[in-house]
Amino acid sequence: MGEEHQIDLGNLTAFDPHHQFSSLPDNREDLVKECIAHGTKLIQAVADALFNLPSTEDASGPVVPLPPPSTKLPREKPLPKPKPPTKWELFAKKKGIQNKKRDKLVFDEQTGSWKRRYGYDRVNDDNDIPIIEAKMTDEPGVDPFAKRRSDKKERVNKQEKNRLYNLKEAAKVGALPSHVQLAATALPITGTQTAPRKVSKDELQNVAGMAATSTASGGKFDKKLAGEKPPKHEKKYRKFLPVVEGSGMGSLEKQQSDKILNKLMAKNSHEIFNVGKAVDMYNAKSDKKRRNQQGKSSSTSSKLKVKKSPYKNASKKKPTSKGKSK
Amino acid sequence: MLRIKTPKSLRAKRELEKRAPKLVERGKKTLILHGTKTSNTLNAVLTEIYHLKKDNAVKYSRRNDNIRPFESGGETSLEFYSLKTDCSLFVYGSHSKKRPDNLVIGRTYDHHIYDLVEIGVENFKSMSSCSYDKKLAPLIGSKPFFAFIGEGFENVEELKHLKEVLLDLFRGQVVSNLNLAGLDRVYVCTAVSSNKVLFTHCALRLKKSGTVVPRVELVEVGPSMDLVVRRHRLPDEGLKKEAHKVPHELIKKKEKNVSKDAIAGKIGKIYVPDQQVGSASLPFTPKGVKRERREAKAKGEDKKHAEKKQK
Repeated sequence: MGEEHQIDLGNLTAFDPHHQFSSLPDNREDLVKECIAHGTKLIQAVADALFNLPSTEDASGPVVPLPPPSTKLPREKPLPKPKPPTKWELFAKKKGIQNKKRDKLVFDEQTGSWKRRYGYDRVNDDNDIPIIEAKMTDEPGVDPFAKRRSDKKERVNKQEKNRLYNLKEAAKVGALPSHVQLAATALPITGTQTAPRKVSKDELQNVAGMAATSTASGGKFDKKLAGEKPPKHEKKYRKFLPVVEGSGMGSLEKQQSDKILNKLMAKNSHEIFNVGKAVDMYNAKSDKKRRNQQGKSSSTSSKLKVKKSPYKNASKKKPTSKGKSK
Repeated sequence: MLRIKTPKSLRAKRELEKRAPKLVERGKKTLILHGTKTSNTLNAVLTEIYHLKKDNAVKYSRRNDNIRPFESGGETSLEFYSLKTDCSLFVYGSHSKKRPDNLVIGRTYDHHIYDLVEIGVENFKSMSSCSYDKKLAPLIGSKPFFAFIGEGFENVEELKHLKEVLLDLFRGQVVSNLNLAGLDRVYVCTAVSSNKVLFTHCALRLKKSGTVVPRVELVEVGPSMDLVVRRHRLPDEGLKKEAHKVPHELIKKKEKNVSKDAIAGKIGKIYVPDQQVGSASLPFTPKGVKRERREAKAKGEDKKHAEKKQK
């Protein structure tokens, strides 16, 4: 059992790589005791090294400078990338301009007091100037106050543009400062300027359904994804009449042929009778009549008299029922 | 088209700066969560680990069904939580018939899974079951001692990995100055066989001894368990290299031309370049003694130099 402890002081760790458990004690408690005893020896070795370091006295106890840990453990985040120099920094370097530290307070000659260099109640505030003397270079029609204001705005905009440029350069390298994020406000302009419309769920379902039914089999054998609703009209758009069916009111063949014939007749006849409209007209007229209390002769058009349709009784019923409701 | 987004409050700004990558890193935070099913022992294990690392750990109490650390798609949730809580270590507990009392300890690099080690917990003994003098109880956040016993920790791949992960998990912040009064806990790990490690947490008692170094005594206080290594995933080689990179500024520069001598103390060598006293252009050329100059001009330059040296 050659015990050669490797000690990592930075981590306060002791390794014993040579220990072998030749025979494990059967009892768990004994095993634990043995482990603890062994551990004590190792920790004693670490403590020896630790307490022999030069210590300085502090209020709470002796403080010892620890060496850096020798076991290499991985970092949790990548190394920060160095910032590329900003436009101003490059210019200053080229010109040899040093950064001069300025005082926060500046002596104001006018009031004879110390004022801030910037902020509330500052020295040389642009807005406080009452009179601006005209120079020879000034154009006649230009308002100098407005000009100062617009100059300042320009300067501020230029500064913003430069700031954005500097941040973009930093973002290219991956060295954006941690509290700044660059967000795109609009999509880059392509050929046409229309933004892609957001398609809703219903629209998508409709389109999918249409695509399915446009196939030869009417979308019957298409594999459906989980969550897709069954098609609204499942089969093809064809309807065949039953082969055997009796005649009578509900017979489908008679209805089908009646429908076709009526349509044909209506096309060819010049009188097209709109039942609903006729009823409404009648009702309106009778209401008016009743309101005005005039014996207005119901100007029954020929249309009304010529009632060949089988709905004659129905139309008569309607106005009376309306009258009753009143 | 690009908008600069900065935090609206100073507090938010401070939080973002805390989470930004730095040259010298702060201590790693741990996320403790559990999966679909947990057993009683596993619950106890997770709470005890949380108590051991109370200062820098986050414990989630809800169960997470969609986390499967060893599968390729099952890590997205973990990475998201790691991003949200800024934790680079996680301890995920689950219990199933095939893997009872399972703990997966993992590390993340840049909020992506770096490596994983899956261990089973056996013979768990909790803090409450150990009886000890309450005055010895270790304080939260104290820097622990570690003892790794056993040749398995050097020879067996999985145990090496487990050693690294345990060290990372429990060591706390890396400090350059340590207060010796605040040392009170020890983690003892013994490699009992090629896949089993006995892990126990003890309190430290320093007793007076003759010398400056006190006598060390260990008292078992905390959780003790048998860890059986089941599976593990080592990190990518490239990723490992990147994670172990030390920034250029922190590498100690070797001081050149300085040596220590027992007698004289610190000795340094200064190299002086050849000064060429003769050919240097002087700012002040003595213009007196015109006659000598005239003579010198007539005789040649060398003679002139010789006269000047003699002066």
